[in-house]
Formats: sequence, structure tokens, C-alpha cells
Amino acid sequence: MTGRLLVRGMLVGLIAGLLAFGFAKIFGEPQIDSAIAFEESMSHSHSHGDAEEEEPELVSREVQSTFGLLTGVVAYSASLGGIFALVFAFSLGRIGNVGPRGLSALLALSAFVVLFLVPGMVYPANPPSVGDPDTIGKRTQLFFLMLLVSVAAAVIAISAGRKFIASSGLWNGAIKGVALYLVIVSIAGFLFPTFNEAPDGFSALLLWKFRVAAVGIQVVMWTALGLIFGAVAERLLLANKPYNA
Amino acid sequence: MAYSASTQTDISIPAIPLGDILPWAIFGGLLLMLAIYFVGAEQGAVAVFKGMYVHEFVHDGRHLLGFPCH
Repeated sequence: MTGRLLVRGMLVGLIAGLLAFGFAKIFGEPQIDSAIAFEESMSHSHSHGDAEEEEPELVSREVQSTFGLLTGVVAYSASLGGIFALVFAFSLGRIGNVGPRGLSALLALSAFVVLFLVPGMVYPANPPSVGDPDTIGKRTQLFFLMLLVSVAAAVIAISAGRKFIASSGLWNGAIKGVALYLVIVSIAGFLFPTFNEAPDGFSALLLWKFRVAAVGIQVVMWTALGLIFGAVAERLLLANKPYNA
Repeated sequence: MAYSASTQTDISIPAIPLGDILPWAIFGGLLLMLAIYFVGAEQGAVAVFKGMYVHEFVHDGRHLLGFPCH
């Protein structure tokens, strides 16, 4: 049964990825183009060395903004869809009692918050030209570390939440569990260093629009994944009850 | 909680045994995380392959999906 759920998770992830790509193309690409235009105007006016300016393009903007974006978003979404299906397979009948569609929706909402929203509050998505190339190593480490903290906090909060629910009921127990998660990630977010690397003159509006687009892509992807996978999984599970792998 | 009863009618689905999940989780999970690594971080701070082609190809996706890019 796990294998069949995994395949379906990846296929639904692929569909969700195509929808997210459409959103990214319409709402995200104009922001990337503007940011690159800003970057180029800066490097022309500063003109530090000539080696950097005439760097040959390895991949054209045309390819980056179409096939490159499509490949990146769809591979990301299909992979997360597969991992999502594995978490779903584990959670089914173990966590919550809301049926497959309810579980899928709940897990997708949690994944959006835990994997994107919370780490993104500390280290938000940045357009080209925001971010010092010299700190990429440190920023990458801290980004993934924050992601790890968020996932670990969610695991702790869920296992503690089950005890809270047993002792103080579903509503209050769930609130306590969520509160525990928020306390842990808030402390981590407070302690983690921040980077102030937007160059002088970079449009605040452009930065805002870029980040809203980045959030929108994830909302589209997780909504599609959570709702479509739930329906697909429920059909599969009801047709094959009890399971024989 | 009257409504919760109606969502649960004939959807009492048993848990999938851990022995069935584990092999898929290990092999599938690792491969899928590797795929995410290539979209999100390859040829940025760390690199498996030399050059910048992977980085440049998924460049726009990496920015818009919120990974540190360069």
C-alpha cells in the first residue's frame, strides 16, 4: 500500500508543480527580471573590473525562465509529493481521526507552515542581487538548520500534543501542541543571526512583490497537493480495505 | 461534535504496518531528498558536480522556492 501511495503522491506532486509553475511564471518571473535589471544597472554604474561584466551566459534567461523554472518547480513539487505520501502513510490511523481527505489537508497545511512559512520568516526568499555571494555558505547552512529546527519542533509538538489531547481534550490539547511548536521556533528565530544584504537603492516594493510571489507558489502547490492527494488516496484506500500491500 | 461523526462514516481506515512503510521511506525518501538538494542547493554553497550548469538551469526556481541562491 505504501508504494502505491508513494507513486500517487509523486504524480499529484507533479500536477501541483505544474500549477505552481503557472503561478510562478505569471507572478514571480516579472520580479526576477526586474531584480536582474537592477543588478545589471548597478554593475554598469560601478564597473568594478571588466572580467565580471562580459561573463558568458551558461544558460540563457529565456531557458532559465521557462524550462529551468519548470524543471525546478516540478522536480521540487513531485519530490515533496512523494515524501508527503510517505508521511501520510505513516500518519494514517496513527494521528488524528479525520479520514484520508481530512488528514491529507491537515498534513499539507502543516507542511506549508513547517517547511516553508516558518523557516521563511527567519530566512525569506530573496530575488537576484539581494544577498552577498561571500555569505552564501553561512546563509545556506543556517537556512537548512532553521528548516531542521522547524521539523524537529513539529515532531516534538505532535508527540507532546497527543499527550495534551489525552489529558485536556482535543481543542485545548491541540492548542497546547501548536503553542509548543511556536514557542520553540520563535526562540530559534530570535537566536539565529539575520542577514541585511539588500543593496542600497533596491526597491522595497520589488522585494515585497517577490516574496509574496514566493509565498503564493507554495500556497498553490500545497493546496493542490493536499486536496487532490486526499481525494486520490481515499479512493485507493477504500477500494483496497483491508490492505494486502 | 455532531459533524465529526458524519465525516467518519465508513472511513475507519486502519494504520499501514511499519514494516510496509519502512523500506519505501528509506529508499524513496532518500532519493526524493536528493532531488530536492539538486534543485535547492547544488553548486551553491556545496557542489557534487563541477561547474555552474545545474545552478544556472534551476536558477529562477531556486530563488522563487526560497532557497539561498548566491
